[in-house]
Amino acid sequence: MASEVEKKAVFDIDSAKEVVQELRASFVAGKTKDYEWRRTQLKAMLKMMDENEPQIVAALRDDLSKPELESSIYEIAMLKNSCKLALKKMKHWMMPEKAKTSLATFPSSAEIVSEPLGVVLVISAWNYPLLLSLDPVIGAIAAGNAIVLKPSEISPATASLLAKLVANYMDSSCIKVVEGAVPETTALLEQKWDKIMYTGNGRIGRIVMAAAAKHLTPVVLELGGKCPVIVDSGINLQVATRRIIAGKWGCNNGQACISPDYIITTKDYAVELVDSFKCELERFYGKNPLESKDLSRVVNSNHFARLLKLLDEDKVSSKIVYGGERDKSNLKIAPTILLDVPQDSLIMNEEIFGPLLPIITIDKVEDSFDLINSGTKPLAAYMFTNNKKLKEKFVEKVSAGGLVINDTTVHLAEPTLPFGGVGDSGMGAYHGKFSFDTFSHKKAVLYRSFAGDAPLRYPPYTNGKLRLLKALLGGSILGIIRALMGWSKA
Amino acid sequence: MEKDLGKEIMEMREYYRKGNTKHVTWRRAQLKGLLSFLAEKEVEIFRVLNLDLGKNYVEAFRDEVGLLKKSLNLALKDLRTWMASKEAKLPSIALLSYAELVPEPLGLILVISSWNFPMGLSLEPLIGAIAAGNAVVIKPSELAPASSSLLANALPNYLDTQAIKVIEGGPAVGQQLLHHKWDKIFFTGSTKVGRIIMSEAAKNLTPVTLELGGKCPAILDSLSWSWDKEVAINRIIGAKYGSCAGQACISIDYLLVEKPFSSTVMELMKALIKKMYGDNPRESHSISRIINKHHFLRLKDLLTDQKVKDCIVYGGSMDEDSLFIEPTILVDPPLESAMMTEEIFGPLLPIITVRNFDVLLKHVWRERSLFLVLKIQGFFLGSWIRLKTVLILSIQGLNH
Repeated sequence: MASEVEKKAVFDIDSAKEVVQELRASFVAGKTKDYEWRRTQLKAMLKMMDENEPQIVAALRDDLSKPELESSIYEIAMLKNSCKLALKKMKHWMMPEKAKTSLATFPSSAEIVSEPLGVVLVISAWNYPLLLSLDPVIGAIAAGNAIVLKPSEISPATASLLAKLVANYMDSSCIKVVEGAVPETTALLEQKWDKIMYTGNGRIGRIVMAAAAKHLTPVVLELGGKCPVIVDSGINLQVATRRIIAGKWGCNNGQACISPDYIITTKDYAVELVDSFKCELERFYGKNPLESKDLSRVVNSNHFARLLKLLDEDKVSSKIVYGGERDKSNLKIAPTILLDVPQDSLIMNEEIFGPLLPIITIDKVEDSFDLINSGTKPLAAYMFTNNKKLKEKFVEKVSAGGLVINDTTVHLAEPTLPFGGVGDSGMGAYHGKFSFDTFSHKKAVLYRSFAGDAPLRYPPYTNGKLRLLKALLGGSILGIIRALMGWSKA
Repeated sequence: MEKDLGKEIMEMREYYRKGNTKHVTWRRAQLKGLLSFLAEKEVEIFRVLNLDLGKNYVEAFRDEVGLLKKSLNLALKDLRTWMASKEAKLPSIALLSYAELVPEPLGLILVISSWNFPMGLSLEPLIGAIAAGNAVVIKPSELAPASSSLLANALPNYLDTQAIKVIEGGPAVGQQLLHHKWDKIFFTGSTKVGRIIMSEAAKNLTPVTLELGGKCPAILDSLSWSWDKEVAINRIIGAKYGSCAGQACISIDYLLVEKPFSSTVMELMKALIKKMYGDNPRESHSISRIINKHHFLRLKDLLTDQKVKDCIVYGGSMDEDSLFIEPTILVDPPLESAMMTEEIFGPLLPIITVRNFDVLLKHVWRERSLFLVLKIQGFFLGSWIRLKTVLILSIQGLNH
């Protein structure tokens, strides 16, 4: 009994090595490549979620006070959709893709073969602990890999539940959950993986990439940023406001990588916008939002303190136009709106990741593009407008992982759109087929026959051969004929 | 020097930020400029490649200039299609919604190329970066100085120098460049330097493309038709000795044959090498030389072990003054020797004989350490069906 406890307590470099060795053996034995195996795992995952929905909802409530609707829809339902899509399309995704060949290698045929990378590591975040753990795993399974999942220790109930459920429902010789914090993650990062996918912040993202560099392991980093929302006038303000609220406070109370971080609107429109927010926020969360059951809490006291620091900064606290209430014992901060905080304030210089929404005002809507581009590239950017030219300019000028016009965050739900960042918001993407591709190696294969082997590519080299090579690489039949006839220059 | 570099890069970023590289007209102009460079400077290009590597002009065209022209023509032809947004299908429930994927340039790209195909490996990535609308800095390899010089001096006459620059130098300059923030780094070279590049890139969360190497095996199945045998051997010889004297990331590193077939292979190889390169390969001027003394001595070292030396069945002569190594074949050098554990990158071809390929597969399964490959670019000949099986199963074993 004591040795079991000891064993559980120490997950060090050696343990990590053993885990990788075991998974590699399973992978090399071909277990995960088998189509039926992949189907079985995905079906098992579906069953796992069907049979454990209440437990999952409870764990998310423990970790984040996440409302049941958010848990059921944004985590469980989305995951089930992802699973079902993979089950439906996997066979098609696995098929080699034909590639065109040219005169230069005639006669030949070519294809691009998707093969699993091998043993992959998925490190997920605490805010959507189920979704961000299992969604990448779905892609990794569909692509035929062996997997280690390391869920975040900041959402311990979900991490624990995941460890238990995955062990019970899935093939643990190929898919393992390793719980832990910094020491365990470090031990895992010392190993050689065939790919690492990390969701979290930029600071740790750099550490993950540096560790990966030692083994030349490719990485996908899903990071964050300050996702701006540009609000133009002449729109359906009520719908726009509701959608912003849903994307901000309706998504884990602003603690989501694609939550609207701040708003940019014109000086003329700001008052109307603030009024609309006040009205809709009260409609959504009542007069005492601290008591509302429809808002997640702030995840822990560290983040609570961090957010208060942003809110209570001298030049900022006077700019609160709505909210600002806090309940330390329950780790709750009411939905808060600030107007015209200074550009050099803390709140405008780090990702908020909480229920505070600054509104910045400018003279003309077009000025917002330069403002956004003066910062680092965010994971998402949003714009509410009916002006077609403005939409085009927005898409052309603003660089972010993804853009949504006239809504927020919903692009996450579209499997035909790659979900990922650019610049500081990350590298690589997933969802839908992009998940499959991200965990595959696209192997180029060229088939040639022995027929038609021209001596022109071999020595002894002559001017004639050069002429013919030029024609061949130029790709025109006429050119080749001319070269053969000796009519072209060398 | 370092401050100047910083200023230059900042100016490039400002130029990029103003949107100068985004327009399709700018991109087309740069691509056409590169085509002009290749056409007008062809003689110069052949000259510097011959100076740096002893490369024959036909080889230079076949492996570098010709391929670049092909790429440029393709890019010019398909540029608008590549640049266009692509509609993303939405489910029918998403009425009144529309989604698209919009390609946009990353920004400032750093291309670090290697010495074996100094033109090709500098300009091929440049073509892609330009087509995508980026500003680019190329750092060519200092080990091919004449080529580097030509690029630095001539390209400015054909391209927009505010957005595309060539910065010459060695590891010190490389390090300085890596201290700056790039939107992407494209590196071709060794795995050792690849790790350094990726570590530096991690500090800025810069995505990288690393084109490295490995021990590219060729499996030669027992063939019956003499035409097939000749074609196969010619292609192997061409891939080993004919492309920069084996100093290429996709050169055949070593050959695997079944024991009963091996003597046929060796005899045919000797005959066809003679046919291609004559009795005195050095005088044929159709094989590149070794890039420098350091690599020459590295290759020489691979043969100092008597156990390895004894396996030479053809060639083996080396001339340090002209940095020339003749096409060399070895049979069954010890698998633990440096020859069989490091990437050879030279005109030495080990032939490893196996009892039969089924045994090989079992061996591959058990002894995965036989193939210390980081990236396999396979090159497979022989009978179709049998090889497909070998290919699939051995890749599983090889890609550990």
